[in-house]
Amino acid sequence: MPGTRGAVPVPLHTNGGQRDLTEEILEAVDQHEHVPTAEVFPATPQDKIKAALDRLASRQMVEYETHDKEQVLLTAEGQAIADEGSHEYKVWDAVRREGRLSLKDQTLANASAKLGQGNAFKLKWIKKDGDALVSLTDSVSDTTREQLQYAQEHRAFQDPKLLKDYSKRKLVTTQKVITYVARKGPRWAKEMPVEVTDLTAEMIADGSWKTANFKPYNFKAKGTLGGEGVGGGTGALHPLNKVREEFRKIFFNMGFEEMPTARFVDSGFWNFDALYVPQQHPARDLQDTFYVSDPPEAGPPGSDESVDTILAEMDVDDDQDESDHPPSDPATRAKDTTAKLDYQAYYNNVRAVHQDGKFGSIGYRYPYTDAETRRLVLRTHTTAISAYVLHRLSANPRPCRYFSIDRVFRNETVDATHLAEFHQIEGVIADYNLTLGGLQAFLKRFFRNIGVPDLKFKPAYNPYTEPSMEVFAWHEGLNKIVEIGNSGMFRPEMLLAMGLPEDLRVYGFGLSLERPTMIKYGISNIRELLGHKVDLGFIESNPAVRLDRE
Amino acid sequence: MPTIGVNKADFYKALGREYTKQEFEELCFDFGIELDEDTSESKRPIIDGVEEAPQLKIEIPANRYDMLCFEGIAMNLNIFLGREAMPNFTLKPPSDGQLQTVTVSKDTERIRPYFSCAILRNIKFTKARYESFIALQDKLHHNLARQRTLVAIGTHDLDTIEGPFTYEALPPEEIQFAPLNQTKAMNGKQMMDFYEKDKHLSRYLPIIRDSPVYPIIYDKHRTVLSMPPIINGNHSKITLATRNVLIDITATDKTKLELTNHILVSMFSRYCAEPFTIEPVQIISDHNGQTRQTPDLTPRPTQASTTYINSICGLSESRESLCTSLARMCYHAHPSLTDSDILEVDIPITRADVLHQADIMEDAAVAYGFNSLPRHLPRTTAFTAAALPLNKLADIIRLESAMAGWAEVMPLILCSHDENYAWLNQPVPFSTNQKPVRLQNPKTAEYQIVRTSLLPGLLKTIRENKRHAVPMKIFEVGDVVFQDKGRERRSRNERHFGACWYGRGSGFEQVHGLMDRVMGMLRVGFISREEGLGEEEEEEEGAKGLKGGKGGKGEGKAGKEGLGYWIEEVDDPTYLPAHAAAIYLRLPSSSSSSSSSQPPPPPQRIGTFGILHPTVLKRFELPFPTSVLEMNVEVFL
Repeated sequence: MPGTRGAVPVPLHTNGGQRDLTEEILEAVDQHEHVPTAEVFPATPQDKIKAALDRLASRQMVEYETHDKEQVLLTAEGQAIADEGSHEYKVWDAVRREGRLSLKDQTLANASAKLGQGNAFKLKWIKKDGDALVSLTDSVSDTTREQLQYAQEHRAFQDPKLLKDYSKRKLVTTQKVITYVARKGPRWAKEMPVEVTDLTAEMIADGSWKTANFKPYNFKAKGTLGGEGVGGGTGALHPLNKVREEFRKIFFNMGFEEMPTARFVDSGFWNFDALYVPQQHPARDLQDTFYVSDPPEAGPPGSDESVDTILAEMDVDDDQDESDHPPSDPATRAKDTTAKLDYQAYYNNVRAVHQDGKFGSIGYRYPYTDAETRRLVLRTHTTAISAYVLHRLSANPRPCRYFSIDRVFRNETVDATHLAEFHQIEGVIADYNLTLGGLQAFLKRFFRNIGVPDLKFKPAYNPYTEPSMEVFAWHEGLNKIVEIGNSGMFRPEMLLAMGLPEDLRVYGFGLSLERPTMIKYGISNIRELLGHKVDLGFIESNPAVRLDRE
Repeated sequence: MPTIGVNKADFYKALGREYTKQEFEELCFDFGIELDEDTSESKRPIIDGVEEAPQLKIEIPANRYDMLCFEGIAMNLNIFLGREAMPNFTLKPPSDGQLQTVTVSKDTERIRPYFSCAILRNIKFTKARYESFIALQDKLHHNLARQRTLVAIGTHDLDTIEGPFTYEALPPEEIQFAPLNQTKAMNGKQMMDFYEKDKHLSRYLPIIRDSPVYPIIYDKHRTVLSMPPIINGNHSKITLATRNVLIDITATDKTKLELTNHILVSMFSRYCAEPFTIEPVQIISDHNGQTRQTPDLTPRPTQASTTYINSICGLSESRESLCTSLARMCYHAHPSLTDSDILEVDIPITRADVLHQADIMEDAAVAYGFNSLPRHLPRTTAFTAAALPLNKLADIIRLESAMAGWAEVMPLILCSHDENYAWLNQPVPFSTNQKPVRLQNPKTAEYQIVRTSLLPGLLKTIRENKRHAVPMKIFEVGDVVFQDKGRERRSRNERHFGACWYGRGSGFEQVHGLMDRVMGMLRVGFISREEGLGEEEEEEEGAKGLKGGKGGKGEGKAGKEGLGYWIEEVDDPTYLPAHAAAIYLRLPSSSSSSSSSQPPPPPQRIGTFGILHPTVLKRFELPFPTSVLEMNVEVFL
């Protein structure tokens, strides 16, 4: 309710001189120790009385008790009896007035009269005489009517046992009523004080706050954000991006550089061949990968100046000394790096290691086609970028850590757990003499940051890592271990083809961003998380992430 | 990942003991396969009136063709458990020394050039073995053979046919035989029509249909064995009673040809009267130098370095101990006599997945136990974290927009062509570098192109949220993609900022205000058009003051130089006429040095905002007025 907390004194009389209900209640409580409101204010609706009592009770001027009571109400039939008399009375009355009433008389042709006849016989008010009815008495007492009239007046029967009988006969029903009994409270006063709803600058300035009577704050209600609708007054970040941000912080804390992944379209070469995915691998099927029809094909693999400059800019350790020389321009440094790389030689290596074997590998031994390398695809993983970055590392091989979190594309049939787009979280660590147990140790540290303490590692297959390990963790809800990520050490066929030294080994690991987010927010349908079908209310109200705290 | 179903009772019998589900899951986990499902407790299909026996559905790695059947998984696990040694597969020519021969005609080069063959003598099929034999061929056809394009297998009852055999390629009209399970003979062309509607076979027809010659295998009496890769002849079909099996394999890929042969004979020769023996076949194929006996069962000898294995595994195992480990992974390995570091390793014919000593190293780690490896991460250097500049920029805009009261959304990047153009009243761009990237093989019309604008996603998000209270204020900072001839990938991502206001009023001023706010936070000054164009006309302080009341920092010096923006009315069919503005940006002079010889770069139009045209609203099913904003933010990098 906008405005209720403004700095406005609550006026004593809101209804233009007429005494309002609170005043009437105060008056009544002043005169009587106990005020049963239903009796004192029979015409006033319950909710109004309650509101007025609450207003007084919140100031402890009045206290009240609440009573639940069952009231008797007459049904339409019961009301008719109370007004006109019982069925048997009406029959007797008709017979009495006529002296003798033919059984075929119209008066007896209705349901009420049929019921009444039977009762009147039982009560011995009338009897049958041939084909007519005659009265047996001059006066009767219509108890039914009397009892109903009493119930109508008192909302109860004189003898409470009657209720059951009358309810059964559908002459009365009952209804729960709440009534209140009010009395003086600990801070009793007969008058409502003038109150202010809020502290104002003027009150501070003129000192009136010292004597002001503050309207009590409703501590039971929720506060407002001052905007329209639920959450309408606030901006919000998307939950997936909030989780993404948590992961980015974890990567930054562990010394990772963010890779330039703004490149949705890539060539078969970078997306598959460079990663030692053979050209007949099922992942390269039309069923799994989005191919691009226009533009028709990629150019030969080479350096990408825009990406290179960014990499040079971020690589503060790269070729920099700590002397007073002004730092060299990133674009220049990027060019220096590119000059050390031979992309044609790299391409030839990749071809050789697929087709004929090289670098200690027998290769896949199939006819390698250049056309496959030129096909453009929507990248199926961000590892396409990792391959580019790792190849670039061969110009100046050194330990480093890279990560990315970005969109990838798969030609999936869309359902509750699959979309054609999702986000991949990927980390790459290059260092000398890395071990498989070291990758496990790193992953334990990484996943501990998102609140997953215990991991198990399963041997797995992945064309570009050997060894490959699936990462499993205990899932409390499912009561079993579930896969939470993938990892491995990049194959020599991939790294040596790039020109990296043999002892520089490279870990790679990845997981989807959507999966942990869905678990975090209890979402079972991925379409409720990514894409245009997401509920805006959900975006506005989903809480902060804090992966390490739950 | 292929999933293989095996009869649970038979499988545990083959492993020599019963397993609880958990025990078996753990065994699979350690070995690197996965129990997908145990059907004991679920409803199983009724086959011929009998409920199928409980199965274990086991997921195996995609490169392990030696585990595509019951026999292979059982063998690998038994060897891993130390219950069995890797069998020694041997060739056993017939006692008279006369090998069966297959002569390959040169014409086959026109359609399917490679041929391989093997004979299993005195095999004993049971129903289960027979079904497994058929299922393995299906799995191989499906996986390794890429739906029979690379390799096709035919199996025959050798006692119904007589060698020598020939593998030829003939015009389809000249081929005449009754295909499997048919009594009527037909020619190659008729067969194409006959199987056109066949649920199973129709998908293979295109592999040869339009070729002038079809591959065909005959025996001595011109009885057709098979017409690969489509179908076998009915005459030589194998049954449960078959004792001698001839396997024909045709291929376009030599490596996968022999691999397929190896897998079939290594898995099923165990059922021969003399287990693990295979009768070789002489292939005569002089025209392409492929004359040889098949299969060649010689293990591939290679070497692995102990130092290498120990170094990556973080172990210091002896050569002998590594050899013992490797034996559990099907290898025959022994320490080299000449080099103290080297293991001499024989790769069995079943292990085509082994390409490099890295694969041997991984198997050594599996045998040791992945979860028993010493977990130590050496710290060799300090790493410096760095955020991507583009993402840092995007985060500024995202946070400022959210703080200004707008909600972030994440629509999809793929969309239909119409949503991106026609629905926005936009023409399809003519210039190559503005064109969208089109997909070749989307499964639905929702995914025809990669978006070139954020607007369709924003508007669809509003459309799906019409029950939400109005006004709705949403934004996205995300990538769009354009074609770009000059780049290797012939395309480029471009990061855009888009926002949308939907309510009972137009919201024009609100999107304008959001744009101003973001500009202010990026220290982009608000300037007049004249200043932006560098026209040295009299400075209209008054007018500027009026317009620029809310400008951000840097406003003072924004007039003459530095980053500045202005807007001007624009005609754009997406927007209501006279209610759209183009956003122009003046970039500072390029070099930081004060040499003013360089002329400043020309101003750029970076975006547009305004009230959407009612025809656009109608197409996106939006009943209320809507204002949108979209701009390229990469200029602020």
